Amino acid sequence: MKWALGLRLVAVVLLAAFIFAPEMFAPVFAPLTQFGAPPIYTQSAILDLTLSHLMLVGAATLAATILAVGLAILVTRPFGAEFLPLSRSLANIGQTFPPVAVLALAVPAMGFGAGPTLVALFLYGLLPIFENALTGLESLSPSVREAARGSGMTGLQRLVRVELPLAFPVILAGIRLSVVISLSTATIGSTVAAKTLGEVIIAGLLSNNTAFVLQGGLVVGVLAVLIYDGFVAIEKIAARRMGQSVPGTA
Amino acid sequence: MSLATGRAGLSPVSISRLDKLGVVTTLIALAGLFLQPFMLFRANRIVLGDPLELWQSLPAFVWVPTLGVILAGIGLTLVKTPRTVRLSAGVAVLALLAVVVGVSASYLTPEGDSFARVSPGGGFWILIFAFALSVTDSVARLRLGPVPRVLALAAVGVVLAAILYSGLWSDLSILKEYAGRANSFWQQVQVHLVLALGSMAAAAVFGIPLGIVSYRIVRVRAAILNALNIVQTIPSMAMFGLLIAPMAWVGATIPGAAELGIGGIGVAPAFLALFAYSLLPVVSNTVVGLDTVPREPNDAARGVGMTDLQRLVRIEMPLAFPVILTGIRIVLVQNIGLTVIAGLIGGGGLGTFVFQGISQTAMDLVLLGAIPAVAMAFAAAIVLDAGVELSRPKGAGAQR
Repeated sequence: MKWALGLRLVAVVLLAAFIFAPEMFAPVFAPLTQFGAPPIYTQSAILDLTLSHLMLVGAATLAATILAVGLAILVTRPFGAEFLPLSRSLANIGQTFPPVAVLALAVPAMGFGAGPTLVALFLYGLLPIFENALTGLESLSPSVREAARGSGMTGLQRLVRVELPLAFPVILAGIRLSVVISLSTATIGSTVAAKTLGEVIIAGLLSNNTAFVLQGGLVVGVLAVLIYDGFVAIEKIAARRMGQSVPGTA
Repeated sequence: MSLATGRAGLSPVSISRLDKLGVVTTLIALAGLFLQPFMLFRANRIVLGDPLELWQSLPAFVWVPTLGVILAGIGLTLVKTPRTVRLSAGVAVLALLAVVVGVSASYLTPEGDSFARVSPGGGFWILIFAFALSVTDSVARLRLGPVPRVLALAAVGVVLAAILYSGLWSDLSILKEYAGRANSFWQQVQVHLVLALGSMAAAAVFGIPLGIVSYRIVRVRAAILNALNIVQTIPSMAMFGLLIAPMAWVGATIPGAAELGIGGIGVAPAFLALFAYSLLPVVSNTVVGLDTVPREPNDAARGVGMTDLQRLVRIEMPLAFPVILTGIRIVLVQNIGLTVIAGLIGGGGLGTFVFQGISQTAMDLVLLGAIPAVAMAFAAAIVLDAGVELSRPKGAGAQR
């Protein structure tokens, strides 16, 4: 396990170095360019693009989490039980919508810029979180529910003190999936003029500069791997606290 | 909510007779009817549209009955009615909207004007959404089996094909975009399908054995799955772009590769990128599927003296098959969506229209690429879900 931790530390250091001082890496990317093209993208600062990329993903995921968890709570209460079959099939159907298509369909409605990207990331992020929240809330063992009811807790107390904490690791796993998908999907947002790391990749595709494509892809990929690992670590801690076995992370 | 209480106050219908989902779809449908334009009229393909309400989009002898049917449909879903009534009402309104949108486009298009573009507005889509929700709910509650679901999908497909063939929708802007490029449209649909299905087949051919190996040899399992997990984190645009250079090199140096169509531009990098993304679901589902095979049949097979290979072929693979098929379903649906990105690197497919449309700000062209891609992914999901269900041994959990 030690070398895995070491590898991650190296990744964090390299990523931070690249984001803050990309020029340092010019010799590394230079062999990939042709006809003396610039090896490092300088049209916008990599730092700005990274921050804007992360903000888009963060805002969309936060909004998606609030709505998805809220909906999952609603449909697992007696009041909302009528909506359960529909919400299940919607989550199922929604997953067949390709993220690019969601983005493309949002553009006619919202125009260019960060707007359609945010909507696409939000809509697409809803599904994994909703599915996991539903699984987490539904898979509580009946004996736990009974014990909570027997100890005289009200519906709200049961939800806040028992059901949500127990479902928390599974919900986190849903948020992790959603974030990793969004990090990659956000790059496509640059085709509709959103400010993301996709700008670097597109500049590379348009000018036939593999160095740009590689650096844009690497920053997003490494960010995704690190965020994924971070979530897995938090999930493990949360699961251990709840006295559960570690949920599958694959 | 004021609407629900208002109605209850006026008539003997009490709150408890209202369908909760019906209240939601009613509010959505009314918003679609009154707050958003039903159609958009544009003088040419890239200017902003003029919004038109339902009653401005159609002659009076059409819009009055249409509004009547829509309101009746809303009424039938608002109160508690039998499932079949709700389903028929929803399907009837959706069918009516499909017809009316074509009639309206022909009505609004000035005679002989080939520049004008008429497209459905926000109100139309919201109405479709509201009634589609209602129909989806009824279908979900009916718990249709796999075969009826596929038949229903086929019926919808036939109706849509008939409408398209009849020319009812010909005056809609998206079909005007299509009319100008019918040949290249079908060519790109073909490329799209070849890329999505071909990379899926390749992933199954390589992924299933790889999954068997990682199941059997625990030491390589983590390494293989981790590597494939990392592949998933590379943004698709970058993956497609990065494969251009190596593919160009292969096409230029390996004899015979260029004749096979392998080169830096075209389908080769797209195919390889899709293949790379497809491996994880196939491999991990193969491992999970084999892992969930119960011990008893394996022990029994060992007892009768089967070799490892015999057990794999006759016992383990058939039992793991539904889970592996689920992985293939994930791959196919995902690939149909991802293939759209191939349009960005000259790999062809429906993404060609999406990205052309984005760069020309011609939204109808974007839709011409996006809608068929969504429809294909949706159809693939229904067919393969049915396949997964049919392949499960009888009585083994009806849940997904």
